[in-house]
Amino acid sequence: MSDVVIKVENLSKKYILSHQRQEKYTALRDVMANGVKNIGKKLLSPFKSHPSSINAHPSTEDFYALKDVSFEIKQGDRVGIIGRNGAGKSTLLKILSRITEPTSGKIEITGRVASLLEVGTGFHPELTGRENIFLNGAILGMGKAEIKRKFDEIVAFAEVEKFLDTPVKRYSSGMYVRLAFAVAAHLEPDILIVDEVLAVGDTQFQKKCLGKMEEVGKEGRTILFVSHNMDAIRSHCDIGLLIDRGGVKSVGEVGAVLEKYLDLSIVNSNSTTWIRNQEDDKVSILQEVTLLDENSIECSSFKNSDDITLEFSYRQPSYDVKYRLVFTILDAYERLILTSSNYDLISDVQPGNNKFIAKISSPLLAMGKYYVNVRIDVPNLKKIEVINKCVSFDIYENAYHQMGILGVNEDLGCVHVQVNWKVNTITSEV
Amino acid sequence: MPEPQKLIIEAGRTERHYWADLWRYRELFYFLAWRDILVRYKQTAIGVVWAMLRPLLTMVVFTVIFGKLGKFPSEGIAPYAIMVFAAMLPWQFFANALSEASNSLVGNANLISKVYFPRLIIPSSAVITSFVDFLISGVILIGLMLWYQFAPGWRILTLPLFIAIAFAAAMGIGLWLTALNVKYRDFRYIVPFIVQFGLYISPVGFSSSVVPEKWRLFYSLNPMVGVIDGFRWAILGGDVRIFWPGFLISNGLVLLFLVTGIWYFRKTEKTFADVI
Repeated sequence: MSDVVIKVENLSKKYILSHQRQEKYTALRDVMANGVKNIGKKLLSPFKSHPSSINAHPSTEDFYALKDVSFEIKQGDRVGIIGRNGAGKSTLLKILSRITEPTSGKIEITGRVASLLEVGTGFHPELTGRENIFLNGAILGMGKAEIKRKFDEIVAFAEVEKFLDTPVKRYSSGMYVRLAFAVAAHLEPDILIVDEVLAVGDTQFQKKCLGKMEEVGKEGRTILFVSHNMDAIRSHCDIGLLIDRGGVKSVGEVGAVLEKYLDLSIVNSNSTTWIRNQEDDKVSILQEVTLLDENSIECSSFKNSDDITLEFSYRQPSYDVKYRLVFTILDAYERLILTSSNYDLISDVQPGNNKFIAKISSPLLAMGKYYVNVRIDVPNLKKIEVINKCVSFDIYENAYHQMGILGVNEDLGCVHVQVNWKVNTITSEV
Repeated sequence: MPEPQKLIIEAGRTERHYWADLWRYRELFYFLAWRDILVRYKQTAIGVVWAMLRPLLTMVVFTVIFGKLGKFPSEGIAPYAIMVFAAMLPWQFFANALSEASNSLVGNANLISKVYFPRLIIPSSAVITSFVDFLISGVILIGLMLWYQFAPGWRILTLPLFIAIAFAAAMGIGLWLTALNVKYRDFRYIVPFIVQFGLYISPVGFSSSVVPEKWRLFYSLNPMVGVIDGFRWAILGGDVRIFWPGFLISNGLVLLFLVTGIWYFRKTEKTFADVI
């Protein structure tokens, strides 16, 4: 079935912010005198607004949490909504859940909606687990008969059989969250909206929740899922919706949308060189990091078949113990790819400025963006300095193909090397 | 499977589905009231006995102070205790319902900002909670009548009508106060004052017949006058008379408050989540 179940047209939500103009008072006497004057004014005419000296000329500002948002979601879609904090994701969910009203625009929804914007909504700490299951279920929209029917399943999912009759205020935070999610997981809505509730809870709990959401997705229900966990979004959603500063920046296949999100998070473009800021008053060790290509020219874009050279300058103070330089390379998803250090050459380190050159042979890295982290330490003893993401580069072309048609932006891993394939003859007899 | 309904969300759109939604979420009326009652007596030693003790003690105090010491006359031939109790019953219901309802929205702010259900359920369940207390106190009234061997006349059959009016009075004013309280938290301080003041201008400790003729109509502007007079008329029987013009004014006001209360509540309901 691919009928549209959620259709959003030019949705906007405006809030009005008020700003107070601050004035500095030099004497406590002035503060008190003004305070008394204001109370006097208020008593005489309580409904007239009296701008006090502190609140003189308050200014208001229109803040659009969402502006002209439009998109469509079809039945059975599993949509991952991503964006930075403050982008407007929760506001969008609140409007879809009818908790707050839009300022303008229109939404058409077909089917029953259940929202999980918070874990344990309506839980009362004085009531027991058993009582809270009924209460929470009713608040989320389940009838009493329905809750009774699913009661045992809910308790089994939450694993709190022993504590069913203890007041919830005595539960550990893990139990609390498990019980709350267990109730919500057994809703059977047509459209399920989940907002970052998986941020709490241990890994086992998160796995359980994601597993349950998979099940729900398999039953053909539509899911809207907000999370900052890229892996969860990539593996559990097929459509991505990127919200940034109140607008939809991208909607479509989840891999492509995730790439756009990462692009947004990257503050500066590729930097080939990192130089120590000389105004630091700390006594600094690492001085400079530079990326070079095979011809010793500064470069930040490489092919998979190019060698990558890193040049490091650092200062060794005149102590007996020699400092070691370690660098690591991370990919765009902040996965650690490789680590290397100058430990084998540590005897060559001299007091004063040292320059080391590291060459990474090709072919190795797959297409994508990479960061270099550098750390200076004393082996097995202590870290001296750590500079993260000092330089970045990207690999724009793979040397070998051998893949055929792929999904756009499918993750092929971070390593790309030559793999030898051969046919091992198979008899044609069936 | 029934055809799933299409819902349209738009700014300023009146919710045609609202009353259907109220029916769909009807079990929530029960659950929220059940929660409030349960929580009240959790970790208490004598628990539900408190529900009986409070009205009983208040009645004793009133009888002693107004009856024996103040020597206010009773109405008709009924014993003073029953006259007081017949008035205290609806007054306590109204006072409690009003206090609970006016604070219900702010007290349930966590629900309002995170879950959708028709918000009318919240103050309604607060009134229902007070109604349960009312029923428990009703048992005490029956006990009193047995004690004094007082048999009510046929008029007691009209009691459910007056109970409904008391309910409507509490709902109407409660809805106004709770909706206003969301935006203007001043009402948290105004409500206890209304309740305290109301106790003295309502015919609880005294009977309406002591009010002088020229003030009767003005005095009937108090919505509870109609209700309490009605209760007395129904329970005490005998010579208790109702002053009809005042009675009609009082009940008319109750109806007005209810209708306008629902209107104002619905008008501001959409902004609750933003303002609370």
